[in-house]
Amino acid sequence: MRPFSYQRATDPDMAVQALSAAAAANNPLTQAAAQPLAGGTTLIDLMKLDVMRPAAIVDINPLAHGWSVIEPNGDNLRLGALAKMSDVAAHDGIQRNYPVIANSLKLAASAQLRNMATLGGNVMQRTRCSYFRDVSYENCNKRHPGSGCAAMDGVNRMHAVLGISDQCIATYPGDFAQALIALDATVEITGKAGTRSMPFAQLHKAPGSTPDIETTLQPGELISAFAVSGRWPRSVYLKARDRQSYEFALSSAAVALDVQDGTIKDARVALGGVATVPWRAREAEALLKGQKFDEALAQRAADAAFADARGRRHNSFKIALGKRVVARALQQAVTMEI
Amino acid sequence: MSDKSSSKASAFDRRAFMVGAAGSALVPITARAAAGDTSASVAQDPALPVEVTLHVNGKDKRLSIDPRTTVLDALREHLKLTGSKKGCDHGQCGACTVLIDDRRVVSCLTLALAAEGQEITTIEGLATDDRLHPMQQAFIDNDAFQCGYCTPGQIMSAVACVKEGHANSEADIREYMSGNICRCAAYPNIVAAVKQAAPEIMKG
Repeated sequence: MRPFSYQRATDPDMAVQALSAAAAANNPLTQAAAQPLAGGTTLIDLMKLDVMRPAAIVDINPLAHGWSVIEPNGDNLRLGALAKMSDVAAHDGIQRNYPVIANSLKLAASAQLRNMATLGGNVMQRTRCSYFRDVSYENCNKRHPGSGCAAMDGVNRMHAVLGISDQCIATYPGDFAQALIALDATVEITGKAGTRSMPFAQLHKAPGSTPDIETTLQPGELISAFAVSGRWPRSVYLKARDRQSYEFALSSAAVALDVQDGTIKDARVALGGVATVPWRAREAEALLKGQKFDEALAQRAADAAFADARGRRHNSFKIALGKRVVARALQQAVTMEI
Repeated sequence: MSDKSSSKASAFDRRAFMVGAAGSALVPITARAAAGDTSASVAQDPALPVEVTLHVNGKDKRLSIDPRTTVLDALREHLKLTGSKKGCDHGQCGACTVLIDDRRVVSCLTLALAAEGQEITTIEGLATDDRLHPMQQAFIDNDAFQCGYCTPGQIMSAVACVKEGHANSEADIREYMSGNICRCAAYPNIVAAVKQAAPEIMKG
């Protein structure tokens, strides 16, 4: 690991000031000279791998007293960015009214990592692409723009089939983000000009021609909270993986339904493990709305979700697997008792 | 500071950042530190060791360390508490599991500086006087290890697993202990050990 200076930010202004001072507008935030430290489960790991090389660490954990709320109050949910994944997953109100959130968190990582990792850090988790994580591979457009992509014709079994470009097929690795995007969450961002909110769906950027730019956060900005409107008790997170526990998704689905008198009034479907960013399957949702549920409908929705998917040599199986995951998640959501 | 460093051609200019940081943004922190706020210790010059006090197994330990030092390395290399093991050193295997403020974490991904002011419990801190902790005894009773390298991490994780209320069934134990890898595959006996110790631990 390379040397770094370390400071604790005891209030948000101090954190924003220290981070923005080190950021240059024309460089991706992931390569800014100063990086915020929350749970550290991604940052310290990538620093040990020499993938991230900050000259300064700004420890934002002292902000937790104001930024770690878990408030499922009435019909609105507010989650602080420094709330721990394990605490949110174990919260009664989250389990009852937002099972898709609770389960996306519970099925992520290990108990130890969930105790450390924060919600804000989790959505900023970086890809597990092995060519990105190993600096001995020279061709990675995320690490070195313009250098090429070793995954394209490499071992790409774990890579994405949706949201890809000819520059990058690295999979977005998280689980929680799929729950957020499905529920139309908003993200609250604290920066130099105070706080702003935007749809969570606008946070991540598909790789396109600039895979090194992963989010729309501006220099010095920090995620401070997430918010969800409405309750979603009929919601599931289904995750298919190579092991039963403690593994990244090959394919996952976050599904939330509003079913009244047997008719689907509202449907939300988001996909994980198969896309370069948290992925909303709006075509599937459109097919489901206003319909009575049956297996054929679930299959049509699953097909629609993957209509634009493109596999490469080793990952085409994710298209067939992903459809089954969507269909099964829909089935589970329809039949769950609430 | 922002004017000074953002006017530089590259954000990768580490020296420019250091100079800028030392010039202004860190001043409020050092002022707080001078005013007696012990929570605001900083490492301004990465080339210099930094003073840190860790609370380990009920005792204060004053260390002078490189800011890059993890809790795991602080324990093993500076405090000679070698019970916590270094397996992968990337948070994947669980061999380094310790409790920080009674929560299980991987000490290899925790900076010692960031753990200042928190209570760290290691495998060396579990037993009382000459009596083993019930989880330690259960691992012996059930032959829950072969080579033993993962065992301190397994035991620390298991203690927390029980206290979290996640040891109510074998399926629960397997799910919530999945962050501790055992390459000798002693898993069936580990599950049996956790099951045995759970009631005694919950009884207090």
